[in-house]
Order: sequence, then structure tokens, then C-alpha cells
Amino acid sequence: MHRDELVGSHTHAPIAAGPGRALRVGIGGPVGSGKTALVAALCRELRERLSLAVVTNDIYTEEDAEFLRRHGVLPDDRIRAVRTGCCPHTAIRDDITANLDAVEQLTALHDPQLVLVESGGDNLTATFSYGLVHLQIFVLDVAGGDKVPRKGGPGVVRSDLLVINKVDLAPLVGADLDVMRRDAQRVREGRPTLFVSLREQPAVPDVVAWLLGQLVVVAP
Amino acid sequence: MAISGLLLLADSRLPSGGHGHSFGVEALVDRGLVTDADDLAVFLDGRVRTAGRVTAAAAATACVLAAFPSVAPARNSAPQRSSRASSNSDSVPNRGQRRPDWARWDAAVSARTPSAALRVASRAQGAALLRTVTLAWPHPAVDAIQALPRVHHPLVLGVAAAAAGADAEQAAALAVHHLIGGACTAAVRLLGLDPLRVAAVAAAAGRAGETVVGDAAAAASRAVTLDDPTLLPTDGGPLAEVLAELHGRSEVALFAS
Repeated sequence: MHRDELVGSHTHAPIAAGPGRALRVGIGGPVGSGKTALVAALCRELRERLSLAVVTNDIYTEEDAEFLRRHGVLPDDRIRAVRTGCCPHTAIRDDITANLDAVEQLTALHDPQLVLVESGGDNLTATFSYGLVHLQIFVLDVAGGDKVPRKGGPGVVRSDLLVINKVDLAPLVGADLDVMRRDAQRVREGRPTLFVSLREQPAVPDVVAWLLGQLVVVAP
Repeated sequence: MAISGLLLLADSRLPSGGHGHSFGVEALVDRGLVTDADDLAVFLDGRVRTAGRVTAAAAATACVLAAFPSVAPARNSAPQRSSRASSNSDSVPNRGQRRPDWARWDAAVSARTPSAALRVASRAQGAALLRTVTLAWPHPAVDAIQALPRVHHPLVLGVAAAAAGADAEQAAALAVHHLIGGACTAAVRLLGLDPLRVAAVAAAAGRAGETVVGDAAAAASRAVTLDDPTLLPTDGGPLAEVLAELHGRSEVALFAS
């Protein structure tokens, strides 16, 4: 289910997560690209190995949190929804206080090793503040057009991992994966990009392997 | 003139959690009770004179109290009242003033905020602002309220104002300023109003609110001088409180309050 080698290169030393110190990973990307599906997948794959918690920032308050609960990926009290007042990018970048509050509340309750912070759906200019997260994953999908990696933006260019989802749809929407791969490689200067289909391979082994590679769980 | 701290505290770009709150506007917009800039002006006229006055007085109070000693006096003296009777609240308080009982003043704000949802919103914004203030303006009073569980926003704002070098009337003005600014921003985002017209509404509301600010600062000074939180203003209106409760329970809400 998971591979031991790291996929792509990464610039960070693995982050030690242990009691009182969770690895915080932001998951951002445009509306409908599969952020919530990725969060659900990561929870399903990792919840047996790690103590997990999730903060969602959907503009419709409880909707994402509700999705995660409905699919039973995490108990209710490990999920917090932050309301962002029509400005999802503000809540993860310029004024992270509400999200920090949510992370701290979850930390006080569960002392998780990994906290996933899912942004509300936004445009390509969205990016997480590193005051809120240690690492960020930016999620695109092929149906958004194969020119998107070339357009760049901080999420596409500087995220620690770029995930391009829905590769199963590429032939149907006329998206050229080679173009996307080449453009992503060029703008990201060696930072890793993974092509996935959350529908066809919901366990996303490559993403799980990458995430585990970023994390050293230290003993209490 | 020490104004840089005040300007920063007035700036909505300062991280303080405010962008996630509509100050009651979203609940009104959802029900068709605010539909344009004129409605917004009417709403603000009422809200500044009610919630605005209450929060402004609380902020001014906290600003004055922040100048009191934060540690207990060495001698365990009986509670001592301030000898100051004037409303000139930005002067250095006399020696011998006792350590502020923040929990008591915090309870006074709670008592003036009937809606539980609004109390939660106030405490959340207080906690958010306190994060920023702790780093930006270290101060013994900041430490003192940090030691307490989630203090109400206007009290944090008042302490922040003191720590940043502002006076009590300016602290009161900040409370009104953020009420107006938060409500106006939310109205623009929710209704797509013309932001230039809304800026004019904000300017007019601010001018009208100056009397409220002055009254609130005077009331705060009296309350602190007599060490009596019950002297703080109690203005309010049921609609805002009821709508805040309904908003807190609504499934689809963009703003936390």
C-alpha cells in the first residue's frame, strides 16, 4: 500500500513530530480539484499509523467537515471547521489566527502527530503562510486545463508537493499530461509533482509515501 | 506623536481574526434586512450606539487598567480606589492602584453580550488579536490577560492600545472603527456593493460615532475610578442578539458571526 522510497526531491529535512509537536500540512488548490478527497484519502491511509486531526476552511462552513465525517474518515472531534468570511486565502495566508486557534484546540484535545489544514477552494494565487503549516500540498486537476502549471502562481511554483489529480479524465478533456509534467518541472525547479487519480487509486500511495518521508515520528 | 501603534491596530491587515466576522451583517443580508448601502448606514447608526458604545467603553476601560501594576503590591493592602476623578484617562495612574481584576471586567462584558454566539465570537477575536499583540507589543498587562482563559475582544483591544502607546479614548475609537470596518467589508463581500459608496457610509458612521467614543471613554473612566464595572454602558438591541444566535446555528454561513 505504501512505498518506502521518496517520490521526487524535497528541500526539507524530515520534520520531527511527537508529543506537543504535530507536523502541520496545508492542502490548497482551486475549487473542485480534489482537496477534500485527498484529505479523506490521507486520513484513511494514515489514521492507523498516526494520530491525525483536520482543519477545514471551506467557505460553506461545515460542508467539508461534514464530508469527512460522513465518510467516517475521522471521528468528529478531530475535525474543526474555520469560517473565513468570503476570503479563504486570507485565512491561510495573511491572517492565520483563526486557523492557529483551531490547530491549537485540536492539539490540546488529541496531541496529534499530523494536522492537515485544508484551504477553501481558491484560485492560483492562494498560498499557505509558513506560520501556519510546515509543508503545503497544492492540488490541481487535469480538467482545469493543461496550461495551469505554466501559469504558475505561488501554489503551483512553491508548494512542497504539487498533486495533479484526475489523470483518468485527461483523454476526455484533451489535457496533455506531458505538457503538464514538463511545465510543472520547469516552474517548480525540482520540487516534486505527482500525478494521481483519486477515483481510480483512492489510496494515493505516492502522496502517502511523500508525506511519510517528510515526517519523523519521535518517541514520547 | 506616538501614533504608529494606533495606526497599526486600526489597520484591518493586522492579523486579528476580524476578517472572518461580519459584525451581524451576514445574518441581516441572509434575511433581506440589509440590501444596499443605505440599509447598511441605518444598521451602523444603531449598532454603533449600542454594541459600539459597550465595546468602546470596555476597550477604554482595559486601556486604563493596563497601566495599573500587573503584579500584586508587596504589602497586602485593602482594595484602594483611584484618587483620579478626571476623565483624562491617558495619564499615568497613581502609585498604589491595585492589580486589575480582569476576570471581573471580563464578566461585565459578558453580562452586556446576551447572545452566547456573540460572546464566543468576541472571545475568539480576543484570542486572535492577543496572538499578534503578544509578539508586537510585549507588555505586563498583555501577559496578565494572556494568563486568563480567552478574554473578550474589546478588553484585549484596550490592553493592546495601551501596550502600543495609545490612550483610552483612542482605544474606544478603535472598537468603533473595527465594528464599522468589519460590517462594511462584510456588506461589500456579501452584496457586491459599490465599495466607494460603502467607504462614504463608513466615514459618516465614524463621524457620528465620535460622540459615542467620547461618552464611552468617559463612562470607562468613571467605572475604573470607582472600581465598579456596573457603571459601564449597557446599550443593546434584541434583534442583533437574536440574529446572532440564529446565525450561529445556520448551516450555510460564510462569516463566523
